[in-house]
Amino acid sequence: MTAVPAVLDERFRAAAAASGELDVAYDLLEDTPVGRLLVGVSERGICRVGFDPEPEAELERLARHFGPRVLRSPRALDRARTELDEYFAGRRQAFELELDLRATPEFHRRVLVELNRVEYGHTTTYGALAAQVGAPRAARAVGTVMNRNPLPIVLPCHRVVGANGSLTGYGGGLDRKEWLLRLEGALL
Amino acid sequence: MSGIPPFERFYESHQVEVLAFLRRRAGRERADDLFQETFLRALRAYGRLEHGEHLRAWVLTIAANAVVDAARRERPAAELSAEPVVEDERPALEELAPLTDDLPPKERAAVVLRYGYDLDYDTIGAALGSNEQAARQAASAGVRRLRKEKEQR
Repeated sequence: MTAVPAVLDERFRAAAAASGELDVAYDLLEDTPVGRLLVGVSERGICRVGFDPEPEAELERLARHFGPRVLRSPRALDRARTELDEYFAGRRQAFELELDLRATPEFHRRVLVELNRVEYGHTTTYGALAAQVGAPRAARAVGTVMNRNPLPIVLPCHRVVGANGSLTGYGGGLDRKEWLLRLEGALL
Repeated sequence: MSGIPPFERFYESHQVEVLAFLRRRAGRERADDLFQETFLRALRAYGRLEHGEHLRAWVLTIAANAVVDAARRERPAAELSAEPVVEDERPALEELAPLTDDLPPKERAAVVLRYGYDLDYDTIGAALGSNEQAARQAASAGVRRLRKEKEQR
């Protein structure tokens, strides 16, 4: 048996996304300045940005959180890809993508919404973010929220640093955090 | 998620076989359109699947029905034979398949999917490109026809 012709395959993937029947359309962005990214969008908005994706685990995770109709469909990712490209090129400071945080627990969501107010090129601390959501002693819990951020880069957890100014940690690795902060001019 | 794989995995696993099947049944040219039609129908029904078993036979049944529907659109009056369902380990189906050979394609597919694969009518309806009620009617019409044939034997 021979493989399915690429044209046919691409046509189906595009038609599936256009049908509105997908729970999540995703694609792999192969060569961004921070490496390989998996990006997922639902009908509601962007629902996943993953560093160094292991496709098997990512697909299972998306299916568990959003439903089993998960399909790679590059066409459906056009807008997200454009905004990310612009950001990486230093031509975009804020994302306009709708966010789908359905699968995120309530406390996490509150923290992430607050995080989203931290502007391009600025940083905040875990403690400050904790105080802003009314849980001043929950700096550690805020750290966990950052670590599990389903939308890194878009929701800028790289802008959160330790009280002493150290970078502390990053779900995608400290090198990437540093690169992102340098891009934004928050680090010299 | 009772063993239902992400649609991507399902699609990757069965695309080659579905296309080969469609080319055999409908010819190279028509197979391209039917390929998309088959997987769009499967996608529509996929969210309502209750388990991930027999997905290969399920999608080939959808493909067979897409062929029948397309042929019917082209020449509505013609009598069409469809032998949709494929061999599978499930014994109930093996017993069922020869029995249902003489049923009209829709009824046969509905009976096989219902009693051979244990799918609910909602899913069957989506797979056949119709709805729950039509699937239920097709299955019960099929069963009635089988009973009648049995009595006549």
